[in-house]
Amino acid sequence: MSSEMYSLHVNGELREVRDAWVGESLLFVLRERLGLLGSKGACEQGECGSCSVLVDGELLCSCLVLAAGAVGQAIVTIEGVAPLGAPNDVQQAFVDCGAVQCGFCTPGLIMAAHALLERSASPTEIEIREELSGNICRCTGYGRIIEAVQSVAVARRSAT
Amino acid sequence: MPTTSVTVPRTLSDALRVLADSPDATVLAGGTDLMVELNSGHRGATDVVVVNRIGELCTWQHNPQLGTLHLGAGITYSEIEQSPIAGWVPALAQAARTVGSPQIRHAATIGGNLGTCSPAGDGLPVLCALEAQIHLASAAGERTLPFADFMVGPKRTARVPGELITGVTVPVLPGWQGYSKVGVRNAMVIAVASSALVVDQEQQGVRLALGSVGPVILRCPEAEALVAAEGDFQSSRIRSTVVAQFAELARRAARPIDDHRSTAEYRRHAVGILAARQLRRAFPNE
Repeated sequence: MSSEMYSLHVNGELREVRDAWVGESLLFVLRERLGLLGSKGACEQGECGSCSVLVDGELLCSCLVLAAGAVGQAIVTIEGVAPLGAPNDVQQAFVDCGAVQCGFCTPGLIMAAHALLERSASPTEIEIREELSGNICRCTGYGRIIEAVQSVAVARRSAT
Repeated sequence: MPTTSVTVPRTLSDALRVLADSPDATVLAGGTDLMVELNSGHRGATDVVVVNRIGELCTWQHNPQLGTLHLGAGITYSEIEQSPIAGWVPALAQAARTVGSPQIRHAATIGGNLGTCSPAGDGLPVLCALEAQIHLASAAGERTLPFADFMVGPKRTARVPGELITGVTVPVLPGWQGYSKVGVRNAMVIAVASSALVVDQEQQGVRLALGSVGPVILRCPEAEALVAAEGDFQSSRIRSTVVAQFAELARRAARPIDDHRSTAEYRRHAVGILAARQLRRAFPNE
């Protein structure tokens, strides 16, 4: 494929990417070509995690994914985890626990927390810290973020 | 030079055909090194071949008869840090767990680590200590090189244009093994100094490989010979004076430089501490 036009599966929809340069990162394409501004761009070198998305179920930094190489893969962004205006339990827990301050890192952290809780029903604090170690937050000091993740785990366990 | 073509082959033979047609194409595996350079504009890559969707390269084979483990080049660090691979090569699993963050480890591959071949690559000291065999393929055929012949300089390998790293074979050894590294925090850290120690219980020997303290990963034959002569492999016993000598020999084997991450002096000091600590873990009895 050497095309200027290709399509990506994003949040369950096939989206055409037009007039793109094939060297663009998935983060750039999501934000600048597809208008999905939820994933944030900060470091563009995989250090901060604010661009985290799921690609075929794996949590990745979208800035390190070559968009044209992700053709045919299922991409889920923060816009795809819950319908607009109806936050899922992870998002609600972040609000309830005060885990959001400036909000810049929040989409990436929600994606990371979501991926962790899908895999592990009762993560320990150490596990949570390790799993979220690729997401940098300069406001909260992480305490309330960890609390939010723990509260979702507790609520989901008591619901089953 | 802007990227003008991206190819995503799904089979090894397709990939080798693409590389035969454009031998200077840039190979993209997990993207955790190359995308950083592309994003910053520090490196151009006209033709990019994406190799992390080739099914054949994303498999592993454990051969209990031969006592070997083959890892396809597309095996990621998250796969290596988990069972069953972690049980066969615990030092490689430890190294994997120190790489970047979960996001990085889901993407980054063992083949990519070999392709970049940075002296700070976390997988490399372990592959060096295990005397791993590196498999390369091109349209013209296949060849296998020992790690020591594969890494020829900082970020320089024996791979020639048109070749693809297809995998690595390591021995599954009984006996202690480990990887340690020094950096400023636990996550997202490039090693300032690192060390891999592998005990070969059958051969009654150890192999020590140091990372981030030289242009390539460095083996320490003198330190290894000392343990072969002085270590008691049956009862995991070694004298403290020997541990101290071992650390000194590791420090002497290091060829570190000053750079933005650390000083040569600190690196030399740190690598001696790491080597001694690992030897004590391998031989816990005085």
